Order: sequence, then structure tokens, then C-alpha cells
Amino acid sequence: MKEVEILIIGGGPAGLSAAAAAAGLGASVLVLERDDKPGGQLVKQTHKFFGSKKQYAGDRGYQIGSFLIEQCENDSKVEVWADTTVLGIYEDGVVTAEGKGKHLKINPERIIVATGASEKMIAFPNNDLPGIYGAGAVQTLMNVYGIVPGQRVLMIGAGNIGLIVSYQMLQAGVEVAAIIEAAPTIGGYLVHASKVRRTGVPILTSHTIIEAYGQESVEGALICKLDENWQPIPGTEQDLKVDVICLAVGLSPLTELCFQADCQMKYVPELSGHVPLRNKYLETTRSGLYVAGDVSGVEEASSAMVEGRLAGVSAAYSLGYGNDVAPKLQAEALAELSELRAGPAGQKTVNGIKKLMDKGGVVC
Amino acid sequence: MRITEHPILDFQRGEEVTFSFDGQELKGLAGETIAAALHAVGVKVLGHSHKMHRPRGLFCAIGNCSSCLMVVDGEPNVRICVEKLKSGMRVETQRGKGRLK
Repeated sequence: MKEVEILIIGGGPAGLSAAAAAAGLGASVLVLERDDKPGGQLVKQTHKFFGSKKQYAGDRGYQIGSFLIEQCENDSKVEVWADTTVLGIYEDGVVTAEGKGKHLKINPERIIVATGASEKMIAFPNNDLPGIYGAGAVQTLMNVYGIVPGQRVLMIGAGNIGLIVSYQMLQAGVEVAAIIEAAPTIGGYLVHASKVRRTGVPILTSHTIIEAYGQESVEGALICKLDENWQPIPGTEQDLKVDVICLAVGLSPLTELCFQADCQMKYVPELSGHVPLRNKYLETTRSGLYVAGDVSGVEEASSAMVEGRLAGVSAAYSLGYGNDVAPKLQAEALAELSELRAGPAGQKTVNGIKKLMDKGGVVC
Repeated sequence: MRITEHPILDFQRGEEVTFSFDGQELKGLAGETIAAALHAVGVKVLGHSHKMHRPRGLFCAIGNCSSCLMVVDGEPNVRICVEKLKSGMRVETQRGKGRLK
């Protein structure tokens, strides 16, 4: 049995930030990452981040990822076990994991769940054909392995991920036939949308996919325009010859471990699914178990990093570390989160968190 | 197809290795996943669903969705999107649920 003060599940932006913050106050930390290297989805982000300098504004995602990994590698208080998948959190606090073919047991004093999110799917005929990918899969193929998914793509979803991944495909030499979005407005930031529009790629709002077609893999897609009640308008069908359909239709928090650990959960659409109830320092209803990043409500890597820092500081503080500085660090992180959520996109998160912590709603 | 020129990224590519796919000899790069190697040579159909026999391809590429299960060196149900390619690997299309030897 491995004994550790703070166990962090997930080595993405939230988990690594939590590790660095907790270790910075003197706690010993173990990070478990199922992939063969930490960094999460940051390692696939080629665009520059926004926010303030403290949130690495101006740096590209993969550069931020490398920085966070280095920070943890250079800290003797942080251990990172890659290729290790957490299997369960037990009633007595023991966490089990599978790593390199071995069954591992860990006995931590505090746990921070930073498992991130997985991609959503939408329903349409033939949505299971080869050639239909989640946007994250396309990023992995292109930006990690240097392989293009195909020659001509239809992107579904004009949120930030849909816009950014479309631009990344253009950079990799893939033609983007169109970006379609069922909502009447573009969901992502104007700066990302403008970059794509300047290349001539149409962004068709109030448009949806009717069906994909193809024998053994995607050969094309039928799309159409939607009226103000989100109903297809007859006669507006278009047939796009594409060999790739990319889905960027949102993410769901990966909360299996929170459910299993008996955290109280609530369904909050603004946070993209079931999320654990927690206090403002991100401790859930299971004492000593914290959450940070997309698992606590889908947002962006910038806020995931700040949440990680907040959870890391809070967990270390609860163990008696950093008594002199922790309250100040917590207040700083909370102020940064408010600032990041100040815009119109952040308002949704703020409303979601309020709903989550309100007395109403069904707790499961 | 592999990206040869990229405005931002500089790909650190591994050495070329040979592996087999349903008996056919193919080349890939050490350190990439089996799925990446197959994709690079244009293999998109990785199997068929059990009941309806519909083609299955790569979907999530990070080990979440189980759309890419194949038989690797005789072991069934390997998620080839996270399994790294090694020289001499035998990759086969899986039929049915697979059987442990």
C-alpha cells in the first residue's frame, strides 16, 4: 500500500496545477495519469491562450502543458505515475489503480479528482460510420501524431473547440467544407471565428446535419437550415461531399469516480452534466475529496488551472501546511476565477455554480 | 496521411518499424499508436459491430469509447488508439467479442 498525503487523479491542467500548488506548501503529492505522459489535452492545443499573465496568456497550450509538466518534474514533493488508471475510491479511503499491468493500492489523506471531461455525441442517421470523430480525436491525430484525419471535413459545432479545431485542420492542410451550428449564433469567441472566416470557410448558424452517408466510411453529409423553432426548413438541404465529419458538440464531466465515492451530485445543464456539490474551496460532500477542472463543470483550461491551484492549496492547508500563506493564495485564486468568469460566456458558469449550490434541484 | 509541413508544430517522429495488419505487411513509426499508424496508411475501418456488422472506426482516440478494439499479438479487445506500435506487431481485425487464449 502506497501512503501519500495528497492523491491527484488526472494529470491535465487542473491536476498538474493542483500538484504544484500543494507541493509548493510542503505537502507530498502523487499524481495518477492514465495516458503515457501527463499534460492532458493541453499538449494538443496549438493556439495562444487568453486571460492574464498569471494564466499564461500569450503562450500556446502545448507550451503551457510542457511548463506544468516541468514544474512537477522538478519538485521533489511531486511524484507522477503515468500509464496508471484509477479504478475505484473505496469507503475506507483506499484508492485502487491499474498501472503497467499491476493492481495498485494507495492510501491518501486527501484526494483531488481532476479527471476532466469526455466528448458528447449527437444523434443522426449513420453517426457511427468510420470518418466521424470527436474533435479531440482529430486534435490527437494531427497535433500529437502528425496525421490528418482525411481530406475534406464538415465541422459540427461553432463553439470554441469547433472553431479552433477547424483552424488547426486548415493549418494541417485539410479542407474545411463548412462549420455548422444549430444555434442562431456562433458560440465561440469572435477572435477564433474571425480567424476561420478570413480563410473563406463558411460558418452556417441555424444549420444541422440530417444524415451522414457512405458505404464503409463517410462519403458525405446532408445538412439543412433550421427555423426559429429549431425545425428543418424544407428545400434548404445541401449535400456536402466530405470524408470526415468532426463533432464539437460539447463535453460531459467525467464524474464516475465522484459518483462511486458517494459525493452528492446534481444535474446542472450550465455545467454540462452531473457535477458534485462542493464548497467554494472545491471540497465535495465527501470530506477530504476535492474536485478541480472540467469534472466540476465544463469550462476552459485557464479556469481549470486556477481551480487546480485552489484545490491544491485548500487540500494542503487542511493538512496543516502553509498556515501563513494559504488563505491569501485561496483568496487570490477565487478572485482570478471571478475575473475569468466575468464575460458573457463565464456568466453561464456562474449561474451553474449558483444553481448547484442552491437548496433546490434533485441531489443524487 | 502524414503532415509534412506545419506552421507551428515540429513533429518528433520515431524510427520506421514494420508490423502486420491482417497478414499484410505495413510500415509505421515507433512510439505512435497502432491507430495512428493505420490511419497514416489510410486504414479507416477497424472492425465491424457484433450484431449489425456495421463498420467501426476511430472515434475518441484517447481510450474512452472502445470503437477501435482489435486483436494485437493474439490478445483481443486491445484499444489500439492508446496501444503503442512496436516492431513486428501482429494486428488483426477482431470478429466477435474475442477469446482469451
